[in-house]
Parts: sequence; C-alpha cells; structure tokens
Amino acid sequence: MSASGFLLRRPASAGDSGALAGVDRLGALLTLIGAAGLFLLPFVTFKANRILPGDPHGLAQVLPVWATLGCRAALAAVAAVALLTANARLRLVTALAGIVVVATALAAAANALTPPHNLIVRVAPGTGFWLLLAALGLLATDAITRMRPGPGARVLLLAIFLGVAGLTLAHGTFDNVSVMREYAVNASAFAVAARQHILLSLGSLGAAVIVALPLGIFSHRVPRLQPGILSALNIIQTIPSIALFGILMAPLGALAAHVPLAAALGIRGIGAAPAVLALFLYSLLPIVANTVAGLKRVSPATVEAALGMGMTPWQTLAGVELVLALPVILTGVRIVLVQNIGLVTVAALIGGGGFGTFVFGGIGQSATDLVLLGAIPTVVLAFSAAVLLDALVERLDRVSP
Amino acid sequence: MIVIESLTKRYDSTTAVDAVSMVIERNSITVIVGTSGSGKSTLLRMINRLIEPTSGRVLIEGRDTASEPGHRLRRRIGYVIQGHGLFPHRTVAENIATVPRLLGWEEERVGPRIAQLLEALQLDPAIYSGKYPHQLSGGQQQRVGVARALAAEPAVLLMDEPFGALDPIIREKAQDDLLDIQRKFGTTIVLVTHDIDEAFRLGDRVAVMSAGRLLQYDRPEVLVTRPADTLVARMTGSTERAMRLLSLTTAGDAALPLAASEAAGNGQGGLVVPTSASLRQVLSELLWSGSDDATVVDDTGTPCGRLTVAAILAHGRPA
Repeated sequence: MSASGFLLRRPASAGDSGALAGVDRLGALLTLIGAAGLFLLPFVTFKANRILPGDPHGLAQVLPVWATLGCRAALAAVAAVALLTANARLRLVTALAGIVVVATALAAAANALTPPHNLIVRVAPGTGFWLLLAALGLLATDAITRMRPGPGARVLLLAIFLGVAGLTLAHGTFDNVSVMREYAVNASAFAVAARQHILLSLGSLGAAVIVALPLGIFSHRVPRLQPGILSALNIIQTIPSIALFGILMAPLGALAAHVPLAAALGIRGIGAAPAVLALFLYSLLPIVANTVAGLKRVSPATVEAALGMGMTPWQTLAGVELVLALPVILTGVRIVLVQNIGLVTVAALIGGGGFGTFVFGGIGQSATDLVLLGAIPTVVLAFSAAVLLDALVERLDRVSP
Repeated sequence: MIVIESLTKRYDSTTAVDAVSMVIERNSITVIVGTSGSGKSTLLRMINRLIEPTSGRVLIEGRDTASEPGHRLRRRIGYVIQGHGLFPHRTVAENIATVPRLLGWEEERVGPRIAQLLEALQLDPAIYSGKYPHQLSGGQQQRVGVARALAAEPAVLLMDEPFGALDPIIREKAQDDLLDIQRKFGTTIVLVTHDIDEAFRLGDRVAVMSAGRLLQYDRPEVLVTRPADTLVARMTGSTERAMRLLSLTTAGDAALPLAASEAAGNGQGGLVVPTSASLRQVLSELLWSGSDDATVVDDTGTPCGRLTVAAILAHGRPA
C-alpha cells in the first residue's frame, strides 16, 4: 500500500474513523463474504446422478494440497488489495485474476471428482463457490465504476468478458461441471431456446416502440389526455406477469377458435402469441413515459425557433424534438429490453419458449443444474443489453447536451 | 413595406390583439413596446403567422401573407427570440445554415454566407463555425441567433425581446450591433420589447400597445412631445421626458456653427464630443466637468461645431 493510495481514497471514505481508518469498507465486507465462502461453505457438491441430493465438498477435500494452498494464497492477495488499496485498476486486475483462479478451481474440482467416461455423476458449484464469485464480481464491478470508463470502453470490457467466457466454454474447460453436463444433453434445445428468447424480447420491444413512440408524442402534444394514458398503462404494469399471461389466454384462444385467419397466423391461447402480447403491453409504459419526458426536456424556445424559421411541424418533430429527446427515449427502451429479457423466462409457463423452458423444467424435475442452464444465459443477456444501451445513451447525450 | 390591416386575435373570451392597423416602412426599425399581456408578441407572431389572425390581414410588399403556406412565408422572414432558441445539437455553422438548407441553396453558396454573417457579427468563422451553442457566452449565442435569422437574406426581420436575456452592458453593445447590421443589410426590422429605453434607442418609429390596442405609433420625439393619451405619457415618463427628448438628438445635428477663431484653433482644452453623442450625454458631461460649452468633432477629429448648455436645454423643450 502506498501513501498516495491513502490520499486518493480519503474522499470516498470520509466517515472512516479510529482503527478502521485506511481500510476499505467495501473491501472488508467482500473479504468477509469471500472468506465465509472459502472456509465455511462447500465449494462443490457431488451428486451420484442429477436429481439426488449432493454431498458437500470443501476445496481441500477435492484438490491436491498445493493447489488448495495456492488458491487460498491467491485469494488472500486479492483480499489484501481489496482491503488496502484504492487504485481502481489494481483492484480490477486482481478481482479478475481472482475470478480466473476460482473458475479454474471449479473446473479442476469437477475434473477430479468425475470418474473417467462417467456421464451420470454431477459435480455442481456449491454455495461457497457462488459466494466467492459474487464477492469477486462485486469487487470488479466496483473497480470499473470507480474508473469511470467511457461508453466505448465499457462495450469493449463487455466484449472481452463475453469473448473469454465463450472461448473457455467452447474449449471444454467446464465440461465436467454440472451445468455444462446439462448443456451437453440439451444442446439443440438450448439453441432453439436462445433464438426464441431473443426473438420474443426484441419482437415485443419492436412492436412496443412502433406503438409507444407515436402514443408518447401524442400525449406530449395533448397534455389533457396525458394523465389518462399514463394511468391506463400504469395499471397494466401492476398486473403480475403470470396473471396477465393467464388473462390473455382466454381471449386469444377464442380468437383462434373463431377467426381462421388468426389461427393461420399462429395466434393461439398458449404459446408465443399471448407472451408477445403481454410483453408488448408491459413495454408501453416505460417508452411512452420516457418519450413524454424526453420531449418535455426540449426547450420551448428551440421549438419556437424551428417553427419560426419555416420548418414544417414534421421537420421540427423529426429533426429537432425527437433528436433532442432520443437519449431519454432510449433510456426507456433500455428499461424495456432488460425487463423483457427477464419476463420472457416466465412466458415459458404458457408455452412461449425461451430459456424459461429450462428453468421451469428444472424446477419440475428438482434439477438445479437445469434451472441454472436457463437462468445464467438470461442474466448474461440482460446484463449485455443493459451495458450496450447505456453506452449508446451516454454517447448520444454527449453529442447533444 | 409591411401593411397591417385591422389585425385581430381573439381567444375564447379574451381579445389579445384588437383591430391593429399600421404601416411599417421599408429599411427602418419599428419597435413595438408594451407591458406583458399587451398583445405585442401576438401582433409580431401574426406577421409571420406563427399565430393565425382571427381577422384582418398583413401585406408584405403588397402581397397578402395568407396567400402561401405559413412555413414558406416564414422562410422569407427572419425571426429572433429571447433566449436565442439555437439548436443545441447542431454547430454554429449548422444552425446558421438552417434556412438556406430549407430553401435548398447549393452548398457552395451556404458556406461563404455563413462566414460573411459571422464576420459581420464579429465572430471569427475559423473559431466559431464548429462550436456548439453551449460552448458560447450569452452574447455570442444571441449574435449567432441574429446571424441565423439573417442567413437567407430576408427583407424583414422580426425580433421578440431579442436582448431580454442579456445583462445590461452586453445588451447595449448588442443594440449598437443591431443598428450597424440594419444599416449594413438594409433589413426592415420589427422588434418587440417591454423596455421603453430600448424602444427609444432603436426605433425609427415606436408603437405603444396596451390591452391589445395600438395606443400610438409615431416617431419617438412625437411620443414624448405629444403623447396620444395618459398611458403613453406615463410610459414615456412624464418627469423624464425632457431628458428623453435630449437623448433623441445627436450632437452633430444640434451643433452651432463655429466662430472663425475656434475653427482655426483646436478647441483649446475644452470638452470635446463626437457628432454621434446624444445631447443627453453631452449635457451630462458638461454638468460633470463644470464647463459651459463643448466642441463637436467629426470622425476625423476635426472640430465641426460647438454646443452650449443653453443651446442643449433649448432642445429639451417641446417645439
């Protein structure tokens, strides 16, 4: 730890006092969480087959002594950095190194516990592993936030993360870990689910933008109707997703039964149609509300100047008002996209497909690994969408402050 | 020439502008002055049809403004508003190019025009073309607003409280610049303000409005010497009117001929004033310096007349 490290961190921890002065609070908390994960909780669980309850194993029980000690030493070094330095770059690099160590340990543990050519046993990550991963992930995220990277740098970081994760998975590093075992069995279904998941999220988003943008412009132009429109959309937003899927099943089923064209278009009481419709309805409020807020942000003087110079109302709307409102509107789109990626999971309950198929299948079979096969990619997808759209919004906001 | 014929704007129960008729001469500055709610901005916006009149009509150079779509009309009329209304997402050059591009000018013609206007408004094109409005000071933003309004060489320029957002020192400079611009381009300017001093400073003719009606429309000195009613008298300031009258005459116009001896000499250390100074300024200088007369010099510094306190005071009385 350097003297400059102390000085740099001062403003961030102004409340520090006494013996704890100089110790990073977040670092202390994450160290405690990580230590609990490493020493008190099982690192992996071993199951004779996928649905039996597992036997917990600590790191020391699975890996050779040198590997266990090496792993602990590396994590102790990460903890030291987290506790004592404020240098964000150093914190990021050590956190990422820690993640690599923990992931490698998981792969090694899985390989060690799995008998050769045995595809029945399951070695699943234990609570200890998840806690360590969470602590290291938070440390890395916090370091990135402190570094305040620009939009381009954040997208680059995301690309590197996805690239490394993709390469190691493709290389087969984690093939003996339970989730990848489930993947191996469900590979073709996984590809279909991924496609469905993305199509449902983006499709409902696209439909919502087509309707919500004009609706937002209309609400802005006719302030009298604005409270009514927004409260109606608000009420839709309060209906729980499963209830909304259920509510839509009956009318869509009736529609399919009585209108042959609707049935021919693939509209049925269950499946993608009610899912897309429900997601579409949920998407309206954030986009309409943000369109209204974005247009309100445009100075009336700017609009009057545009009209006063002879722009037509359409030229003013497209060339001035919407351009200036775009960052706020895109913030609404970001909210909707992340929300939809999560909600599509629930759509699997009514046959909508997507990663939710694995989640609910896994719950039905008490197979946690299958749940994870659905949950992890959903989180990664939502996270990536958030990073990409945030970067885009920030980029646009810089051009038109 | 702009002819306004019994122009009226009624909203549900109120009449914002009530049968106003006036003729605005070409190449002049006409100032419409009034309190807020007097209908002065509504009147201005009916000239370029940002507000459509309830009845009455406006003729510009003999042509009824209602004879073409509003946005086409507005492309031929410059428009400057308080707080400039520049597009924050476009550079200075792009802002100024707005109307020429709407009119479909060739790019070879737009570039030189932008440079010419920026130079006329004392902004170096090399420095300011690529800047965004938020990178400019308030005074610079206001000047870019004027340049943008003049870009397509409009014969008429409408200005709604153009200097309202500027602090007093910058405002005076901006007013001088506007007078220069008007002389340089010969534009017919109609300007709305609530500031009676600004009206007297800029207006060749001043229109006083109250409650939607045009109370008086005449040369500034007539407004002072023969106010049409008590409200105009109050606005032009009854206790101030002598000083106001003095402020309307320049030293050059009021100068007495030089005595032969003085023409040969060089003013002999007395007070020296330029021909462009107003009598109000000269009187103030004389009071301050304690002397009784001043020498008026032209642009080259050559004495061309003299002024005495008595001669100045004579100008402060109604004719």
